[in-house]
Amino acid sequence: MKKSILIMLVTMVALIFAGTAVSGVKSLRLGQPIDEDAKAPAKAKLMVKEGGFARSYGIQPPGIPHKVDKEQINMKVNTCMKCHSEETYKKEKAPQAGKDGSHYVDRNGKKTAKIAARRYFCDQCHAPWVDKAPLVENTFQGAK
Amino acid sequence: MKNGSVRLLVIGVILGIILWGGFNTAMEVTNTEEFCISCHEMESTVYQELQDTPHYTNRTGVRATCPDCHVPREWIHKIVRKIRASNEVYHKILGTIDTPEKFEAKRMEMAQRVWVSMKSTDSRECRNCHGFESMDFEKQEGRSVNKHEEMEEAGETHDASSKEGRTCIDCHKGIAHALPEGFDPKWNSPGE
Repeated sequence: MKKSILIMLVTMVALIFAGTAVSGVKSLRLGQPIDEDAKAPAKAKLMVKEGGFARSYGIQPPGIPHKVDKEQINMKVNTCMKCHSEETYKKEKAPQAGKDGSHYVDRNGKKTAKIAARRYFCDQCHAPWVDKAPLVENTFQGAK
Repeated sequence: MKNGSVRLLVIGVILGIILWGGFNTAMEVTNTEEFCISCHEMESTVYQELQDTPHYTNRTGVRATCPDCHVPREWIHKIVRKIRASNEVYHKILGTIDTPEKFEAKRMEMAQRVWVSMKSTDSRECRNCHGFESMDFEKQEGRSVNKHEEMEEAGETHDASSKEGRTCIDCHKGIAHALPEGFDPKWNSPGE
């Protein structure tokens, strides 16, 4: 009994090693030894795209198609709202933040006059883009 | 008698050189960033914030110092500003903003004072460096180009009170220092 368990374990371990060797798993470190510092990725500029980026799926927070390094989001101010607030978006020809009203509801379902606290930190969901190839090949097709 | 008047002239000239030279030197010394941030009121607040902005840190290493934006270059306007600055010395002695808390409490008031003054001068200090003639609209983002072109056309009237007479500060508040608490986004978005 004991012997058969031991044999089973040994075969399992051997199989796992064999499996990884065959499929050739690569880490995100791209084969750089763990005791060396990883090479820094090449610098990339933020993409600026007129009209914005297409969503990959229905409820994806839209990406930010412009530079954001001068914007401030802190306890006192949120400068994204200079253009994306309900009062200014028309004048600035900018998309309104959560135009379906989703960003103006607190967690109890109550409507808020200003952007809701839980939606305040824009860059928690909305990210600027850089024009780079994915680290690993990806065959994902966005929603058409 | 003749000898006396010559002596008087010589003394006058020497005194004039010393007085004018001294005045000029004082003007120049008080127009440096080192002088501005020799008070902790400026050094530990607005100067720290400036260092994160493109007016201090940028690709080419060209930077603006305090007086570039806050002191006019033309002599007469400069003198007016310097006389007004005596009020700042008074409040330094009083300790009006000598703690971060006091500074924050006054930030809105102080920011608004600067915005009003920049608006009233058609953002003269901005335009000391930034000129529409030298702006390459090809290198700007689309959202900036539309407005800048509109402003360049309207700017020929140079009337800060008219709707067309919008000026740099109308859209570019809070670009070199943190915005005050309670800042309304509408304030950076002029127009109908």
